[in-house]
Amino acid sequence: MSALARLWRIPLGRSALIVVAVIAATALVSLFWTPFDPRRADAYSAWAPPGWPHLLGTDGTGRDILSLIMAGARITVTVAIGAGLVATVIGVALAALGALTARPVRESVAVFVDILIAFPVLLIAMMIAAVWGGSLWVVIWSVGVGYGVNIARVARIELRRVNRADFVLAAQASGLTRSQILTRHLLPNAAPVFIVQLSWSMAAAVLAEAGLSYLGFGAPVTQPSWGLLLSEVQDYITVHPTSVLWPGIAITLTVLALNLLGDALREATDPTLSRGRRAQTHTPEVIA
Amino acid sequence: MLRYAATRILFLALGLLVASALIFWALRILPGDVAQMIAGTEGTPAQVERIRADLGLDRPLAVQYAEWIGGVFTGDLGTSMLTGASVAAQLAAKAQVTIPLGAFSLLIALAFALPLGVVSAVRHRSRTGAAIGVVSQLLAAVPVVWAGLMLVVLFAVVLGWLPAQGFPRTGWQNPADAIRALILPSITIGIVEGAMLMRFVRSATLQALGEDFVRTGAAKGLTRTQSLVRHGLPAVGLSVITVLGIQIAGIIVGAVVIEQVFTLPGIGRMLVTDVGARDLTMVQGELLVLTGFVLVTGFVVDLAHHAIDPRQREHR
Amino acid sequence: MSLIVEGLTVEIDGTRVVDGVSFEVPSGGRVGIIGESGSGKSLTALAIMGLLPDGAVARGSIRWEGRELVGLSERERAPIRGREMAMIFQEPQTALNPIRRVGAQIVEAARIHHGLRGHRAAQLATELARDVGLPSPETIVSAYPHQLSGGQRQRVGIAAALAGQPSLIVADEPTTALDVTVQKGILDLLAGLVAGRDASLLFITHDLAVLAQIATHALVLDSGSVVESGEVDRLLSAPEHPVTRGLLRDAKATLWRPEGSS
Repeated sequence: MSALARLWRIPLGRSALIVVAVIAATALVSLFWTPFDPRRADAYSAWAPPGWPHLLGTDGTGRDILSLIMAGARITVTVAIGAGLVATVIGVALAALGALTARPVRESVAVFVDILIAFPVLLIAMMIAAVWGGSLWVVIWSVGVGYGVNIARVARIELRRVNRADFVLAAQASGLTRSQILTRHLLPNAAPVFIVQLSWSMAAAVLAEAGLSYLGFGAPVTQPSWGLLLSEVQDYITVHPTSVLWPGIAITLTVLALNLLGDALREATDPTLSRGRRAQTHTPEVIA
Repeated sequence: MLRYAATRILFLALGLLVASALIFWALRILPGDVAQMIAGTEGTPAQVERIRADLGLDRPLAVQYAEWIGGVFTGDLGTSMLTGASVAAQLAAKAQVTIPLGAFSLLIALAFALPLGVVSAVRHRSRTGAAIGVVSQLLAAVPVVWAGLMLVVLFAVVLGWLPAQGFPRTGWQNPADAIRALILPSITIGIVEGAMLMRFVRSATLQALGEDFVRTGAAKGLTRTQSLVRHGLPAVGLSVITVLGIQIAGIIVGAVVIEQVFTLPGIGRMLVTDVGARDLTMVQGELLVLTGFVLVTGFVVDLAHHAIDPRQREHR
Repeated sequence: MSLIVEGLTVEIDGTRVVDGVSFEVPSGGRVGIIGESGSGKSLTALAIMGLLPDGAVARGSIRWEGRELVGLSERERAPIRGREMAMIFQEPQTALNPIRRVGAQIVEAARIHHGLRGHRAAQLATELARDVGLPSPETIVSAYPHQLSGGQRQRVGIAAALAGQPSLIVADEPTTALDVTVQKGILDLLAGLVAGRDASLLFITHDLAVLAQIATHALVLDSGSVVESGEVDRLLSAPEHPVTRGLLRDAKATLWRPEGSS
């Protein structure tokens, strides 16, 4: 049974996958259609409560909140995928370096990774933002690097483990080069671990983007990032308290779905999990 | 033990060195020019040059770095390029907000996570355990920004019990007011952070429940709960110490955001402002202090873990 | 001091893993339960001790000293464990708490049931360590489990089981995880201790050769049910059930190994 099929059988995995798909679909759809133009400011309809025609109401400048949320999904998806990719590439590269090369290289990579891990991602982001100004790239790269080292540490252990397996010995005996063994045997077998980490990293990326955009170091003001929306409505919180609801729910839902997806993927791809261990869940690193 | 401590100190020093180098050098690869910025758009090239010389920006980078590092040892982190204020003094002033905030948050996180984590593990088959698990998953997915805003809506706007933002200008002279200002922020960070910690505690407790030596304890006459408490929880405590470092890093990060939400004059908020203003000396000082704090915490945690776990003490 | 088990069944999540097991351990008796892995023998032992894992349910009757144990609450059960019946586990590596000294772990049952503390507890620890043949008893009680060898750890396990002065000792494959060269020593120790303290022994194993050295009567389990039972001598000389015969074949293979055999 393929991992995907196994994933589908886990109820939470199924729901998580559906939610993630819906969010991605929303982002895609928003490229072509939203109920209103998210940038259209309509002073007459400012601060409208949820109803018709603005299903979620409007903000201070009269923009339709539902459209803003839909368009915001684009940013979320972009950051999640971007940061996820960067993290995976860095993670795999470092892990491969750390697991397969000669001892001195291996040791120094391990030390390097261990030192980098201590750096909170947000601080890395601030550092980059201080130099280049805030942008989505700042978010993508800082989360990518920050989580990349995390993935590297986890993946290195996994690669080492797979490296010891008998079929690797057999491959070496039949004359395959190190890199061939890496690409044909080690990486595919360690892939489940990477995929699980990828899911969690994407969840962290979404949280990071929300926090950084809120602080002003993420999405530029012209783009409807969910985090940015939160900072925009904050000033009016005393008069329009419900306006903070929607962006927050969107972020939470996305992060929750990605986290649960990661958990379910782990369950689906690890055949050795016992009943008790299945109840154990991952605790991701913290991003604001 | 001594050998281990020496190794860890070496690592700490190395880490701090790498951190400071990274921070310093990263901040210098600046497309813009600070001297130009200070001089303004009307500044003549000569003025810009003079400013640059005044600030010592025309010297080789390595020299500037060495001077900065040397200053760190004497407690002098330089002065702000834009305001001329002493970086160290500013940090000390803002620390009176950030450190208590961090401490309260940590306490709340622990108080929240430890009991709930253990209970949810012990009852993981029942509905209570499952419910706690769901709640923790939810809380861990909530961005700390939003949590803060929602709490403000509830406790400040709707109920009016606590201040929505700000910190008394008189600082800690009136402790009650200061604490009132820090309650909501600490709870916000504490609960979000605590949710993550809770899931970890749950995981560790589940593992402890399955440990053979916990069963042995019960075989000797303890009830299963007693055996879990007596034999299992110390093991859980040990692993909690391991992640304490990560937790504190998370709290620092949370504080940066929360100080913005609640307009608290702490180090985090200052960092955000200074990054926006490109005040390099301030930023590098702040980042160094924050990163340094994370590294030192990690070091202390490592040592504590090593000291407590008898398996680590012998050199095998 | 007798244990009477009648129609014991254990179900885990709906699956019956022990099915209608009945046997008796008379006072001073040495009874064995033998079977392949998965036959339900460990679970039978755990059911008797009241240590079944979460999600497992025991039904039927387990009468100890005339008292029915099935259906008792954890609070009622705990005082019996360690004091009247004690257990020795299979994996000495994991059965001991890695962050506590072995001396404290040895006397724990005495601390729980007899309130032993301080100097007297230390004395008992040393005494028991000596009884089980641990080297340098006075100093070894301050050691941590990871500093001991596998055989030594198992001796600690045995000492710990004796601390509460139980009348029944349940030994779940105590030698299986040990090196063959160490096994005989442990078996002899166990036999001697049980006899010396007038206790009964319930010994679980998958190895008929081991059983032969320590038990007088035995029951053979297969997939949770008793397929044969009787005196060990008879099982060895004239086994009836195919499972028993299979076990005998395996045992003969080890018995006739030229060196280091049990």
